[in-house]
Amino acid sequence: MSDKVAPLRQPPSPADTAALLREVAGLIVEALNLEIAPGDIDPDQPLYGEGLGLDSIDILEIALVVSKQYGVQLRADSEENLRIFGSLRQLVDHITAHRTK
Amino acid sequence: MSRVAPALGAGAHVLNACADRYHFAVGFAACLMTGKVSLLPSTHTPEVIRQLTSFAPDVICLTDEADCAIEMPRVQFPRDAAPAGRAMASVPAIEGAQLAACVFTSGSTGMPVPHRKTWGRLVACVREEANRLALSGSAACAIVATVPPQHMYGFESSVLMALSGAHALCAERPFYPADIAASLEAVPRPRILITTPVHLRALTASVLALPQTDLIVCSTAPLAQQLAAEVEERFGTQLLEIYGSTETGQIAVRRPTRAPEWQLWPGVHLSVRNGETWAEGGHIEEPTRLCDVLQMTGEGRFLLHGRVTDLVNIAGKRSSLAYLNHQLNSIPGVLDGAFFHVEDSRTRHTGVARVAACVVAPDLDAARVLEALRDRIDPVFLPRPLLFVARLPRNSTGKLPQEALRALAAAQPRPATMA
Repeated sequence: MSDKVAPLRQPPSPADTAALLREVAGLIVEALNLEIAPGDIDPDQPLYGEGLGLDSIDILEIALVVSKQYGVQLRADSEENLRIFGSLRQLVDHITAHRTK
Repeated sequence: MSRVAPALGAGAHVLNACADRYHFAVGFAACLMTGKVSLLPSTHTPEVIRQLTSFAPDVICLTDEADCAIEMPRVQFPRDAAPAGRAMASVPAIEGAQLAACVFTSGSTGMPVPHRKTWGRLVACVREEANRLALSGSAACAIVATVPPQHMYGFESSVLMALSGAHALCAERPFYPADIAASLEAVPRPRILITTPVHLRALTASVLALPQTDLIVCSTAPLAQQLAAEVEERFGTQLLEIYGSTETGQIAVRRPTRAPEWQLWPGVHLSVRNGETWAEGGHIEEPTRLCDVLQMTGEGRFLLHGRVTDLVNIAGKRSSLAYLNHQLNSIPGVLDGAFFHVEDSRTRHTGVARVAACVVAPDLDAARVLEALRDRIDPVFLPRPLLFVARLPRNSTGKLPQEALRALAAAQPRPATMA
Protein backbone atom coordinates (compact mmCIF):
# COMPACT_ATOMS: atom_id res chain seq x y z
CA MET A 1 0.00 0.00 0.00
CA SER A 2 1.89 3.01 1.25
CA ASP A 3 5.65 3.01 0.97
CA LYS A 4 5.95 5.61 3.68
CA VAL A 5 7.03 4.27 7.00
CA ALA A 6 5.13 5.56 9.98
CA PRO A 7 7.46 7.49 12.26
CA LEU A 8 8.35 5.83 15.51
CA ARG A 9 6.01 6.93 18.23
CA GLN A 10 6.45 7.45 21.89
CA PRO A 11 4.42 4.99 23.95
CA PRO A 12 1.03 6.64 24.55
CA SER A 13 0.48 8.25 27.91
CA PRO A 14 -2.60 7.28 29.94
CA ALA A 15 -4.06 10.69 29.10
CA ASP A 16 -3.57 10.04 25.36
CA THR A 17 -5.27 6.67 25.68
CA ALA A 18 -8.21 8.15 27.58
CA ALA A 19 -8.59 10.86 24.93
CA LEU A 20 -8.49 8.31 22.11
CA LEU A 21 -11.04 6.11 23.93
CA ARG A 22 -13.40 9.09 24.07
CA GLU A 23 -12.73 9.98 20.44
CA VAL A 24 -13.30 6.44 19.09
CA ALA A 25 -16.44 6.00 21.25
CA GLY A 26 -17.75 9.24 19.74
CA LEU A 27 -16.95 8.05 16.20
CA ILE A 28 -18.75 4.74 16.81
CA VAL A 29 -21.86 6.40 18.25
CA GLU A 30 -21.93 8.88 15.37
CA ALA A 31 -21.28 6.34 12.60
CA LEU A 32 -23.87 3.88 13.90
CA ASN A 33 -26.35 6.49 15.14
CA LEU A 34 -26.51 4.61 18.45
CA GLU A 35 -29.03 5.61 21.07
CA ILE A 36 -26.42 6.00 23.78
CA ALA A 37 -23.93 8.62 24.83
CA PRO A 38 -20.27 7.86 23.96
CA GLY A 39 -19.37 8.02 27.65
CA ASP A 40 -21.82 5.18 28.33
CA ILE A 41 -19.78 2.67 26.31
CA ASP A 42 -17.92 0.56 28.83
CA PRO A 43 -14.38 0.40 27.39
CA ASP A 44 -13.99 -3.21 28.56
CA GLN A 45 -17.34 -4.53 27.37
CA PRO A 46 -17.51 -6.62 24.14
CA LEU A 47 -18.53 -4.58 21.11
CA TYR A 48 -19.80 -7.57 19.14
CA GLY A 49 -22.87 -9.67 19.96
CA GLU A 50 -23.84 -9.33 23.58
CA GLY A 51 -22.50 -6.27 25.33
CA LEU A 52 -22.91 -3.32 23.00
CA GLY A 53 -24.88 -5.59 20.63
CA LEU A 54 -23.16 -4.70 17.36
CA ASP A 55 -23.32 -7.03 14.37
CA SER A 56 -21.16 -7.55 11.30
CA ILE A 57 -22.77 -4.69 9.37
CA ASP A 58 -21.78 -2.34 12.20
CA ILE A 59 -18.28 -3.76 12.37
CA LEU A 60 -17.83 -3.02 8.66
CA GLU A 61 -19.02 0.52 9.31
CA ILE A 62 -16.57 0.96 12.18
CA ALA A 63 -13.76 -0.44 10.02
CA LEU A 64 -14.50 2.25 7.42
CA VAL A 65 -14.43 5.06 9.94
CA VAL A 66 -11.24 3.73 11.52
CA SER A 67 -9.51 3.47 8.13
CA LYS A 68 -10.55 7.00 7.17
CA GLN A 69 -9.71 8.60 10.50
CA TYR A 70 -6.53 6.73 11.45
CA GLY A 71 -5.35 5.02 8.24
CA VAL A 72 -5.70 1.56 9.80
CA GLN A 73 -6.93 -1.14 7.39
CA LEU A 74 -8.55 -3.97 9.34
CA ARG A 75 -8.17 -7.54 8.07
CA ALA A 76 -10.30 -10.51 9.07
CA ASP A 77 -7.67 -13.15 8.33
CA SER A 78 -5.49 -12.24 11.27
CA GLU A 79 -6.00 -14.01 14.55
CA GLU A 80 -6.13 -10.55 16.06
CA ASN A 81 -9.46 -9.72 14.52
CA LEU A 82 -11.67 -11.27 17.20
CA ARG A 83 -9.54 -9.64 19.87
CA ILE A 84 -9.69 -6.19 18.23
CA PHE A 85 -13.45 -6.05 18.58
CA GLY A 86 -13.30 -7.70 22.00
CA SER A 87 -13.75 -4.26 23.53
CA LEU A 88 -13.42 -0.56 22.85
CA ARG A 89 -10.09 -0.56 24.71
CA GLN A 90 -8.69 -3.33 22.49
CA LEU A 91 -9.83 -1.52 19.37
CA VAL A 92 -8.11 1.64 20.62
CA ASP A 93 -4.93 -0.31 21.42
CA HIS A 94 -4.95 -1.70 17.87
CA ILE A 95 -5.42 1.79 16.42
CA THR A 96 -2.60 3.15 18.59
CA ALA A 97 -0.24 0.43 17.40
CA HIS A 98 -1.08 0.67 13.69
CA ARG A 99 -2.23 4.21 12.99
CA THR A 100 -0.63 6.02 10.06
CA LYS A 101 -2.38 9.32 10.65
CA MET B 1 -16.41 -36.06 -1.16
CA SER B 2 -15.96 -39.81 -0.79
CA ARG B 3 -14.63 -39.04 2.73
CA VAL B 4 -17.52 -36.75 3.70
CA ALA B 5 -20.47 -38.75 2.35
CA PRO B 6 -20.15 -41.80 4.66
CA ALA B 7 -19.82 -39.53 7.72
CA LEU B 8 -23.25 -38.04 7.09
CA GLY B 9 -25.05 -41.15 8.34
CA ALA B 10 -28.38 -42.59 7.27
CA GLY B 11 -30.68 -39.59 7.82
CA ALA B 12 -32.22 -37.72 4.89
CA HIS B 13 -31.48 -34.13 6.03
CA VAL B 14 -28.24 -32.23 6.60
CA LEU B 15 -27.88 -28.71 7.97
CA ASN B 16 -24.78 -27.63 6.05
CA ALA B 17 -23.26 -25.00 8.34
CA CYS B 18 -19.76 -25.02 6.82
CA ALA B 19 -18.29 -21.51 6.77
CA ASP B 20 -15.61 -22.37 4.22
CA ARG B 21 -17.20 -22.24 0.76
CA TYR B 22 -15.20 -25.22 -0.51
CA HIS B 23 -16.23 -27.32 2.51
CA PHE B 24 -19.83 -26.23 1.97
CA ALA B 25 -19.69 -27.21 -1.72
CA VAL B 26 -18.17 -30.62 -0.93
CA GLY B 27 -20.81 -31.22 1.76
CA PHE B 28 -23.58 -30.20 -0.64
CA ALA B 29 -22.23 -32.49 -3.38
CA ALA B 30 -21.91 -35.38 -0.90
CA CYS B 31 -25.59 -34.88 0.00
CA LEU B 32 -26.58 -34.83 -3.68
CA MET B 33 -24.68 -38.08 -4.31
CA THR B 34 -26.33 -39.83 -1.39
CA GLY B 35 -29.84 -38.47 -1.92
CA LYS B 36 -29.86 -36.20 1.14
CA VAL B 37 -31.54 -32.80 1.31
CA SER B 38 -29.39 -29.83 2.35
CA LEU B 39 -31.28 -27.57 4.77
CA LEU B 40 -30.27 -23.92 4.37
CA PRO B 41 -31.86 -21.63 6.97
CA SER B 42 -30.65 -18.01 6.84
CA THR B 43 -29.75 -17.93 10.52
CA HIS B 44 -28.83 -20.41 13.28
CA THR B 45 -30.46 -18.93 16.37
CA PRO B 46 -31.44 -21.51 19.05
CA GLU B 47 -35.12 -20.98 18.13
CA VAL B 48 -34.48 -21.75 14.43
CA ILE B 49 -32.45 -24.86 15.36
CA ARG B 50 -35.32 -26.16 17.54
CA GLN B 51 -37.76 -25.54 14.67
CA LEU B 52 -35.49 -27.29 12.13
CA THR B 53 -35.25 -30.31 14.40
CA SER B 54 -39.03 -30.56 14.58
CA PHE B 55 -39.26 -30.04 10.78
CA ALA B 56 -36.76 -32.86 10.12
CA PRO B 57 -36.12 -35.00 13.24
CA ASP B 58 -33.29 -36.91 11.48
CA VAL B 59 -31.33 -33.73 10.72
CA ILE B 60 -27.62 -33.57 11.50
CA CYS B 61 -25.31 -30.59 11.29
CA LEU B 62 -22.20 -30.63 9.07
CA THR B 63 -19.76 -28.09 10.46
CA ASP B 64 -16.16 -27.04 9.90
CA GLU B 65 -15.87 -25.02 13.08
CA ALA B 66 -14.33 -26.60 16.17
CA ASP B 67 -16.50 -24.55 18.55
CA CYS B 68 -19.79 -24.98 16.67
CA ALA B 69 -22.62 -24.43 19.18
CA ILE B 70 -25.53 -25.67 17.07
CA GLU B 71 -27.65 -27.92 19.30
CA MET B 72 -28.14 -31.04 17.20
CA PRO B 73 -26.04 -34.10 16.32
CA ARG B 74 -22.93 -32.71 14.67
CA VAL B 75 -20.51 -34.12 12.11
CA GLN B 76 -17.14 -32.42 11.79
CA PHE B 77 -15.91 -31.76 8.24
CA PRO B 78 -12.81 -34.00 7.89
CA ARG B 79 -9.76 -31.86 8.62
CA ASP B 80 -7.48 -33.59 6.15
CA ALA B 81 -10.01 -33.96 3.35
CA ALA B 82 -7.94 -31.91 0.93
CA PRO B 83 -8.13 -33.63 -2.44
CA ALA B 84 -5.07 -35.64 -3.41
CA GLY B 85 -5.40 -34.32 -6.94
CA ARG B 86 -7.09 -37.45 -8.25
CA ALA B 87 -10.06 -36.51 -10.40
CA MET B 88 -13.28 -38.49 -10.28
CA ALA B 89 -13.60 -40.99 -13.10
CA SER B 90 -16.74 -39.28 -14.36
CA VAL B 91 -19.03 -36.49 -13.31
CA PRO B 92 -22.11 -38.13 -11.79
CA ALA B 93 -25.51 -37.43 -13.35
CA ILE B 94 -28.11 -36.30 -10.83
CA GLU B 95 -31.83 -36.70 -11.57
CA GLY B 96 -33.45 -33.34 -12.26
CA ALA B 97 -36.39 -34.25 -10.01
CA GLN B 98 -34.18 -35.02 -7.00
CA LEU B 99 -34.86 -32.80 -4.00
CA ALA B 100 -31.52 -31.06 -3.42
CA ALA B 101 -32.12 -28.28 -0.93
CA CYS B 102 -34.66 -26.73 1.33
CA VAL B 103 -34.52 -23.01 2.10
CA PHE B 104 -36.70 -21.18 4.60
CA THR B 105 -38.56 -17.92 4.96
CA SER B 106 -40.07 -16.69 8.20
CA GLY B 107 -43.82 -17.16 8.26
CA SER B 108 -45.98 -14.74 10.22
CA THR B 109 -46.99 -17.39 12.76
CA GLY B 110 -43.51 -18.00 14.08
CA MET B 111 -42.81 -21.22 12.16
CA PRO B 112 -40.35 -21.01 9.25
CA VAL B 113 -41.89 -21.85 5.88
CA PRO B 114 -39.86 -24.40 3.88
CA HIS B 115 -39.28 -23.97 0.14
CA ARG B 116 -38.12 -27.14 -1.58
CA LYS B 117 -35.63 -26.93 -4.44
CA THR B 118 -35.11 -29.70 -6.97
CA TRP B 119 -31.71 -30.13 -8.59
CA GLY B 120 -33.08 -29.64 -12.13
CA ARG B 121 -34.70 -26.31 -11.36
CA LEU B 122 -31.70 -25.03 -9.41
CA VAL B 123 -29.47 -25.82 -12.37
CA ALA B 124 -31.94 -24.30 -14.86
CA CYS B 125 -31.88 -21.08 -12.84
CA VAL B 126 -28.09 -20.72 -12.66
CA ARG B 127 -27.62 -21.72 -16.32
CA GLU B 128 -29.81 -18.77 -17.18
CA GLU B 129 -27.80 -16.66 -14.75
CA ALA B 130 -24.65 -17.68 -16.64
CA ASN B 131 -26.34 -16.60 -19.90
CA ARG B 132 -27.31 -13.25 -18.44
CA LEU B 133 -23.86 -12.65 -17.02
CA ALA B 134 -22.35 -13.62 -20.42
CA LEU B 135 -20.48 -16.51 -18.79
CA SER B 136 -21.97 -19.35 -20.85
CA GLY B 137 -19.17 -21.00 -22.74
CA SER B 138 -16.67 -18.49 -21.38
CA ALA B 139 -13.30 -19.43 -19.98
CA ALA B 140 -13.38 -20.80 -16.44
CA CYS B 141 -13.56 -17.91 -14.00
CA ALA B 142 -12.51 -17.56 -10.37
CA ILE B 143 -15.47 -16.65 -8.15
CA VAL B 144 -14.89 -14.58 -4.99
CA ALA B 145 -18.01 -14.04 -2.87
CA THR B 146 -18.71 -11.96 0.23
CA VAL B 147 -22.08 -13.62 0.84
CA PRO B 148 -22.47 -16.89 2.75
CA PRO B 149 -22.98 -20.06 0.69
CA GLN B 150 -26.13 -20.79 2.74
CA HIS B 151 -27.92 -17.64 1.57
CA MET B 152 -29.98 -18.28 -1.59
CA TYR B 153 -28.09 -15.64 -3.60
CA GLY B 154 -24.68 -16.86 -2.45
CA PHE B 155 -25.74 -20.50 -2.91
CA GLU B 156 -26.76 -19.87 -6.53
CA SER B 157 -24.17 -17.35 -7.62
CA SER B 158 -21.11 -18.89 -6.03
CA VAL B 159 -21.64 -22.61 -5.28
CA LEU B 160 -24.10 -23.60 -8.02
CA MET B 161 -22.49 -21.36 -10.66
CA ALA B 162 -19.14 -23.02 -9.99
CA LEU B 163 -20.56 -26.54 -9.98
CA SER B 164 -22.66 -26.14 -13.12
CA GLY B 165 -20.27 -23.94 -15.11
CA ALA B 166 -16.93 -25.53 -14.10
CA HIS B 167 -15.68 -22.32 -12.50
CA ALA B 168 -13.30 -22.09 -9.55
CA LEU B 169 -14.52 -21.10 -6.09
CA CYS B 170 -12.59 -19.03 -3.61
CA ALA B 171 -13.06 -20.86 -0.28
CA GLU B 172 -12.79 -17.75 1.89
CA ARG B 173 -15.56 -15.31 2.52
CA PRO B 174 -13.70 -11.98 2.65
CA PHE B 175 -15.25 -9.33 4.87
CA TYR B 176 -13.29 -6.08 5.21
CA PRO B 177 -12.47 -4.05 2.08
CA ALA B 178 -8.79 -4.99 2.45
CA ASP B 179 -9.74 -8.71 2.62
CA ILE B 180 -11.93 -8.48 -0.48
CA ALA B 181 -9.21 -6.69 -2.46
CA ALA B 182 -6.61 -9.27 -1.33
CA SER B 183 -8.88 -12.24 -2.21
CA LEU B 184 -9.45 -10.86 -5.70
CA GLU B 185 -5.76 -10.13 -6.15
CA ALA B 186 -4.91 -13.71 -5.13
CA VAL B 187 -6.91 -15.42 -7.89
CA PRO B 188 -6.17 -15.35 -11.63
CA ARG B 189 -8.34 -13.50 -14.11
CA PRO B 190 -11.01 -13.72 -15.32
CA ARG B 191 -12.34 -13.15 -11.82
CA ILE B 192 -15.83 -12.33 -10.58
CA LEU B 193 -16.95 -10.69 -7.34
CA ILE B 194 -20.33 -11.78 -5.96
CA THR B 195 -21.32 -9.21 -3.37
CA THR B 196 -23.88 -6.84 -1.82
CA PRO B 197 -24.51 -3.08 -1.61
CA VAL B 198 -23.11 -3.05 1.96
CA HIS B 199 -19.74 -4.42 0.85
CA LEU B 200 -19.62 -2.31 -2.31
CA ARG B 201 -20.22 0.81 -0.30
CA ALA B 202 -17.39 -0.11 2.07
CA LEU B 203 -15.08 -0.89 -0.88
CA THR B 204 -15.71 2.38 -2.70
CA ALA B 205 -15.40 4.38 0.53
CA SER B 206 -11.98 2.87 1.21
CA VAL B 207 -8.76 4.36 -0.13
CA LEU B 208 -7.47 0.97 -1.33
CA ALA B 209 -6.39 0.33 -4.88
CA LEU B 210 -9.06 -2.08 -6.15
CA PRO B 211 -7.85 -4.89 -8.41
CA GLN B 212 -9.05 -5.08 -12.00
CA THR B 213 -12.02 -7.45 -11.91
CA ASP B 214 -13.90 -8.90 -14.85
CA LEU B 215 -17.43 -8.77 -13.47
CA ILE B 216 -19.13 -7.55 -10.31
CA VAL B 217 -22.49 -9.05 -9.36
CA CYS B 218 -24.61 -7.44 -6.66
CA SER B 219 -27.84 -8.48 -4.98
CA THR B 220 -29.83 -8.53 -1.67
CA ALA B 221 -30.95 -4.87 -1.82
CA PRO B 222 -31.33 -2.23 -4.52
CA LEU B 223 -28.09 -0.47 -5.38
CA ALA B 224 -28.06 3.29 -5.81
CA GLN B 225 -27.23 4.29 -9.39
CA GLN B 226 -24.43 6.59 -8.22
CA LEU B 227 -22.76 3.82 -6.21
CA ALA B 228 -23.07 1.48 -9.20
CA ALA B 229 -21.28 4.02 -11.41
CA GLU B 230 -18.51 4.46 -8.84
CA VAL B 231 -18.04 0.68 -8.54
CA GLU B 232 -17.74 0.32 -12.33
CA GLU B 233 -15.15 3.06 -12.43
CA ARG B 234 -13.07 1.84 -9.47
CA PHE B 235 -12.98 -1.80 -10.62
CA GLY B 236 -12.79 -1.01 -14.34
CA THR B 237 -15.59 -3.39 -15.17
CA GLN B 238 -19.33 -3.76 -15.49
CA LEU B 239 -21.65 -4.28 -12.56
CA LEU B 240 -24.76 -6.41 -12.95
CA GLU B 241 -27.49 -6.50 -10.37
CA ILE B 242 -29.64 -9.55 -9.70
CA TYR B 243 -33.23 -9.60 -8.48
CA GLY B 244 -34.62 -12.67 -6.80
CA SER B 245 -36.01 -14.09 -3.61
CA THR B 246 -35.57 -17.12 -1.39
CA GLU B 247 -38.76 -18.66 -2.80
CA THR B 248 -38.12 -18.01 -6.51
CA GLY B 249 -34.34 -17.91 -6.73
CA GLN B 250 -32.95 -15.38 -9.19
CA ILE B 251 -35.40 -14.14 -11.79
CA ALA B 252 -34.10 -10.89 -13.29
CA VAL B 253 -30.97 -8.87 -14.01
CA ARG B 254 -30.10 -5.27 -14.89
CA ARG B 255 -27.07 -3.09 -15.40
CA PRO B 256 -28.00 -0.10 -13.24
CA THR B 257 -25.63 2.30 -15.01
CA ARG B 258 -27.36 1.58 -18.33
CA ALA B 259 -31.08 1.26 -17.53
CA PRO B 260 -33.30 1.17 -14.45
CA GLU B 261 -35.40 -1.63 -15.93
CA TRP B 262 -34.95 -5.28 -14.96
CA GLN B 263 -34.99 -8.08 -17.55
CA LEU B 264 -36.78 -11.27 -16.50
CA TRP B 265 -35.35 -14.75 -17.08
CA PRO B 266 -37.11 -16.20 -20.16
CA GLY B 267 -40.07 -18.35 -19.18
CA VAL B 268 -40.67 -16.44 -15.93
CA HIS B 269 -43.89 -14.42 -15.90
CA LEU B 270 -45.19 -11.75 -13.57
CA SER B 271 -48.85 -11.02 -13.01
CA VAL B 272 -50.77 -8.70 -10.73
CA ARG B 273 -53.68 -10.13 -8.75
CA ASN B 274 -55.56 -8.05 -6.20
CA GLY B 275 -52.72 -5.58 -6.08
CA GLU B 276 -50.10 -8.26 -5.39
CA THR B 277 -47.35 -9.26 -7.81
CA TRP B 278 -46.92 -12.98 -8.46
CA ALA B 279 -44.07 -14.74 -10.26
CA GLU B 280 -44.33 -18.13 -11.93
CA GLY B 281 -42.99 -20.23 -14.80
CA GLY B 282 -39.45 -21.09 -15.80
CA HIS B 283 -37.47 -22.62 -12.92
CA ILE B 284 -39.89 -21.33 -10.22
CA GLU B 285 -41.20 -24.27 -8.22
CA GLU B 286 -44.65 -22.82 -7.56
CA PRO B 287 -46.41 -19.46 -8.12
CA THR B 288 -44.97 -17.05 -5.57
CA ARG B 289 -46.18 -13.72 -4.26
CA LEU B 290 -43.29 -11.25 -4.42
CA CYS B 291 -42.61 -9.05 -1.42
CA ASP B 292 -41.76 -6.01 -3.56
CA VAL B 293 -43.83 -3.48 -5.43
CA LEU B 294 -43.11 -3.97 -9.16
CA GLN B 295 -44.33 -2.13 -12.21
CA MET B 296 -44.35 -4.03 -15.47
CA THR B 297 -43.06 -1.92 -18.33
CA GLY B 298 -43.16 -4.36 -21.24
CA GLU B 299 -42.72 -8.02 -22.13
CA GLY B 300 -40.23 -9.45 -19.65
CA ARG B 301 -39.32 -6.04 -18.17
CA PHE B 302 -40.18 -4.26 -14.95
CA LEU B 303 -39.25 -1.47 -12.56
CA LEU B 304 -38.78 -2.06 -8.84
CA HIS B 305 -40.49 0.44 -6.56
CA GLY B 306 -39.57 -0.85 -3.10
CA ARG B 307 -40.73 -3.38 -0.61
CA VAL B 308 -44.17 -4.24 0.62
CA THR B 309 -44.46 -2.50 4.02
CA ASP B 310 -44.54 -5.69 6.07
CA LEU B 311 -41.27 -6.98 4.64
CA VAL B 312 -38.00 -6.42 6.44
CA ASN B 313 -34.78 -6.94 4.48
CA ILE B 314 -31.57 -6.08 6.27
CA ALA B 315 -28.42 -6.81 4.28
CA GLY B 316 -30.06 -9.77 2.56
CA LYS B 317 -31.60 -11.28 5.69
CA ARG B 318 -35.33 -11.28 5.33
CA SER B 319 -38.11 -11.22 7.86
CA SER B 320 -41.47 -9.57 8.26
CA LEU B 321 -42.85 -7.16 10.81
CA ALA B 322 -45.57 -9.75 11.53
CA TYR B 323 -42.96 -12.40 12.39
CA LEU B 324 -40.86 -10.04 14.50
CA ASN B 325 -43.99 -8.85 16.34
CA HIS B 326 -44.98 -12.44 17.01
CA GLN B 327 -41.57 -13.15 18.54
CA LEU B 328 -41.58 -9.95 20.62
CA ASN B 329 -45.05 -10.62 22.00
CA SER B 330 -44.23 -14.22 22.88
CA ILE B 331 -41.66 -13.08 25.47
CA PRO B 332 -43.02 -13.60 29.00
CA GLY B 333 -43.61 -10.18 30.55
CA VAL B 334 -44.21 -8.37 27.26
CA LEU B 335 -47.80 -7.07 27.35
CA ASP B 336 -47.77 -5.47 23.92
CA GLY B 337 -45.10 -4.62 21.40
CA ALA B 338 -44.57 -3.70 17.78
CA PHE B 339 -41.69 -3.33 15.38
CA PHE B 340 -41.56 -0.54 12.81
CA HIS B 341 -39.32 0.72 10.03
CA VAL B 342 -37.11 3.66 10.90
CA GLU B 343 -36.34 6.28 8.31
CA ASP B 344 -33.34 8.18 9.54
CA SER B 345 -30.24 9.86 8.25
CA ARG B 346 -28.22 6.74 8.92
CA THR B 347 -30.40 4.68 6.59
CA ARG B 348 -29.79 7.15 3.80
CA HIS B 349 -26.11 7.25 4.62
CA THR B 350 -25.36 3.53 4.81
CA GLY B 351 -28.17 2.02 2.78
CA VAL B 352 -28.92 -0.33 5.66
CA ALA B 353 -32.41 0.23 7.05
CA ARG B 354 -32.83 -1.02 10.60
CA VAL B 355 -36.01 -1.70 12.50
CA ALA B 356 -37.06 -0.25 15.85
CA ALA B 357 -39.66 -1.40 18.35
CA CYS B 358 -41.96 -0.02 21.02
CA VAL B 359 -42.77 -2.34 23.87
CA VAL B 360 -45.08 -2.32 26.89
CA ALA B 361 -43.35 -4.43 29.55
CA PRO B 362 -43.43 -2.76 32.97
CA ASP B 363 -41.61 -5.63 34.72
CA LEU B 364 -38.75 -6.04 32.20
CA ASP B 365 -35.74 -3.95 31.28
CA ALA B 366 -34.08 -3.53 27.87
CA ALA B 367 -31.37 -6.08 28.59
CA ARG B 368 -33.94 -8.78 29.45
CA VAL B 369 -36.04 -8.11 26.34
CA LEU B 370 -32.98 -8.03 24.06
CA GLU B 371 -31.63 -11.25 25.54
CA ALA B 372 -34.96 -13.00 24.89
CA LEU B 373 -35.09 -11.61 21.34
CA ARG B 374 -31.52 -12.70 20.65
CA ASP B 375 -32.61 -16.27 21.32
CA ARG B 376 -35.45 -15.95 18.80
CA ILE B 377 -34.40 -13.72 15.91
CA ASP B 378 -31.27 -12.97 13.91
CA PRO B 379 -29.28 -10.15 15.53
CA VAL B 380 -29.65 -7.86 12.49
CA PHE B 381 -33.33 -7.57 13.41
CA LEU B 382 -32.74 -6.52 17.02
CA PRO B 383 -34.64 -3.23 17.48
CA ARG B 384 -32.71 0.03 17.30
CA PRO B 385 -33.90 1.61 19.41
CA LEU B 386 -36.04 -0.51 21.73
CA LEU B 387 -38.35 1.97 23.44
CA PHE B 388 -40.39 1.28 26.56
CA VAL B 389 -43.79 2.96 26.48
CA ALA B 390 -46.92 2.93 28.66
CA ARG B 391 -49.12 1.85 25.75
CA LEU B 392 -48.97 1.54 21.98
CA PRO B 393 -50.72 4.14 19.78
CA ARG B 394 -53.42 1.80 18.48
CA ASN B 395 -56.19 3.48 16.49
CA SER B 396 -59.91 2.89 16.96
CA THR B 397 -59.78 -0.36 14.98
CA GLY B 398 -56.88 -1.70 17.03
CA LYS B 399 -54.43 -1.21 14.19
CA LEU B 400 -51.01 0.29 14.66
CA PRO B 401 -50.07 2.67 11.87
CA GLN B 402 -46.29 2.71 11.25
CA GLU B 403 -46.46 6.51 11.20
CA ALA B 404 -47.97 6.58 14.72
CA LEU B 405 -45.15 4.34 15.98
CA ARG B 406 -42.52 6.60 14.42
CA ALA B 407 -44.19 9.67 15.95
CA LEU B 408 -44.27 7.99 19.36
CA ALA B 409 -40.59 7.08 19.03
CA ALA B 410 -39.67 10.62 17.98
CA ALA B 411 -41.35 11.97 21.11
CA GLN B 412 -39.29 9.77 23.45
CA PRO B 413 -36.44 11.41 25.33
CA ARG B 414 -33.06 10.67 23.73
CA PRO B 415 -29.80 10.26 25.60
CA ALA B 416 -27.47 13.20 25.50
CA THR B 417 -24.85 12.76 22.81
CA MET B 418 -21.52 14.43 22.50
CA ALA B 419 -21.95 17.50 20.33
